[in-house]
Amino acid sequence: MKSAPGQEKSGQKGMKKLDPILEIVDLTHTYSQGTPFEHVAVYNINLKVYKGEYLAIIGRTGSGKSTLIQHLNGLISPTQGKILLNGQDINESKETLRQTRFKVGLVFQYPEYQLFEETVYDDVAFGPKNMGLDKEEIDRRVRESLEIVGLGQEYYKASPFDLSGGQKRRAAIAGVMAMEPEVLILDEPTAGLDPEGCREIVENIRNYRERTGATIITVTHDMAEAASNADRLCVMGNGKIALLGTPEEVFARADEIEELGLDLPEVTKIMILLKRKGLDVPTEVYKIDDAVSALLKLKGGRNGA
Amino acid sequence: MGTIKAENISFTYPAEEGKKRSLVLDGVSFEIEKGSFTAILGHNGSGKSTLAKHFNCLLIPDTGKMEVFGIDTKDEDRVIDIRKRIGLVFQNPDNQIVANVVEEDVAFGPENLGYPSEEIRKRVDQALKTVGMEKFAIHAPHLLSGGQKQRIAIAGVLAMEPECIVFDEATAMLDPEGRRDTMKIIRYLKKEFGTTIVLITHHMDEAAQADRVIVLDSGKIVMDGAPREVFAQVEKIRSLGLDVPAGTSIIYELERAGVDIPIENLTVEECADAIYNALA
Repeated sequence: MKSAPGQEKSGQKGMKKLDPILEIVDLTHTYSQGTPFEHVAVYNINLKVYKGEYLAIIGRTGSGKSTLIQHLNGLISPTQGKILLNGQDINESKETLRQTRFKVGLVFQYPEYQLFEETVYDDVAFGPKNMGLDKEEIDRRVRESLEIVGLGQEYYKASPFDLSGGQKRRAAIAGVMAMEPEVLILDEPTAGLDPEGCREIVENIRNYRERTGATIITVTHDMAEAASNADRLCVMGNGKIALLGTPEEVFARADEIEELGLDLPEVTKIMILLKRKGLDVPTEVYKIDDAVSALLKLKGGRNGA
Repeated sequence: MGTIKAENISFTYPAEEGKKRSLVLDGVSFEIEKGSFTAILGHNGSGKSTLAKHFNCLLIPDTGKMEVFGIDTKDEDRVIDIRKRIGLVFQNPDNQIVANVVEEDVAFGPENLGYPSEEIRKRVDQALKTVGMEKFAIHAPHLLSGGQKQRIAIAGVLAMEPECIVFDEATAMLDPEGRRDTMKIIRYLKKEFGTTIVLITHHMDEAAQADRVIVLDSGKIVMDGAPREVFAQVEKIRSLGLDVPAGTSIIYELERAGVDIPIENLTVEECADAIYNALA
């Protein structure tokens, strides 16, 4: 089998342990099987997600990324193959499935549409209450997760519907964080927000990861955002994993990314153009600061010569 | 004559009990020329969408005067004359599709205006062709992708043959390909039909394609000019909770580090050229 880059060298950037927390084994999912609408959404996927890593899944609409992540906390079950959480098949029994729902938290797209309680505090407390925790523990978790997303005590009694768009989104994410999942999965967490709102959400996710050491999986269209935050990128196309590796490894394969209908980060595009023009610059760069220092180094080199 | 003309308009949503009212639009004046392409930027809550709702009489200013095609939006008898000529495309395509078959959905607007069926047929075919969805005419909209659904929503607006279309964060839910397709349609409409375009967006690279950028903050216009003038003011843009295209950021940092390079560059190609000329 042809293995994608980065599959086995994932101990790089900031990963403390090499143990997989989630293993996706030979996963295939077919919708409406046996009907004229039969459609294979993901096909024979193998992927290990390591403890504490930040993995970004990227792909255009219809590439199978949402289908993939819905398997990870047992919302849908595989047509073929299995999902292992800490080595155990999550679909083995009702109890393993129930435990998985607490250990793997899934934040849907536009989660603010799912706020429903009368106060922000009650909304965030809903998940931990369902876990059967005692009152003090629930209180601790609600306070901590609201702190992580930057909503102070003054918001506890507010109606979630009176918050701004960005605040609503953060309150909804806090609701999942309060279950203290070992794996936090977020589907398009920054979609539709302004640049400031995006920065805040990204910061909140980083904060949760630092405090809890949790594994983070995000699904996004935004290459630049994925690259600046994730340890590894998993690029999907036509229900399969097309590219897997560190951002540098993935961006080194620019042509394949564009063939998959995805956009390279603007910074990378500029560096590729400069290289074509004959400047000796690295092309796998995706951060503004890195591009600037590479360009300044070039200038310095020239002046010195 | 301007297509849209706002004279010192202010607007406040009705206050809920026990809460204080705050101005959402605070003395906004501008004029949008026929056939132009204007982008409106501003962080969430800056008043962009509230402003857009004034364009087709969904909202009426509390004070000041709003004119669309020379008609005062306060004139209730003429609301329909404005709405026939200006179309709005919103963020979520799922909220804009009403029928179970693509072509029926696109026909909804002209049917309501009471056009004869041959005319409706002609308009629907033309609109689907413009957005490149003619092959999907008898498909079910809910089985299409987000980008395809948004193209159907745009076709529904086009079938009204509007003189002006307002895109209110119409690309926010789309993937890069869906966004590119939408921008391509916008450029085509402007070029082929001279449609006046107003684009409300959070994506700076989209705003950079407009003729003019208006930036709103706390209900006021704080910047107004050609994209390259507006985005050259990197610090001001950032202080408003917005950002500049990544290429402009690189150039800005290079300039601060002492490289002699003009900041008025927006597209990836322009930025690469400017950097090459400055460093090579």
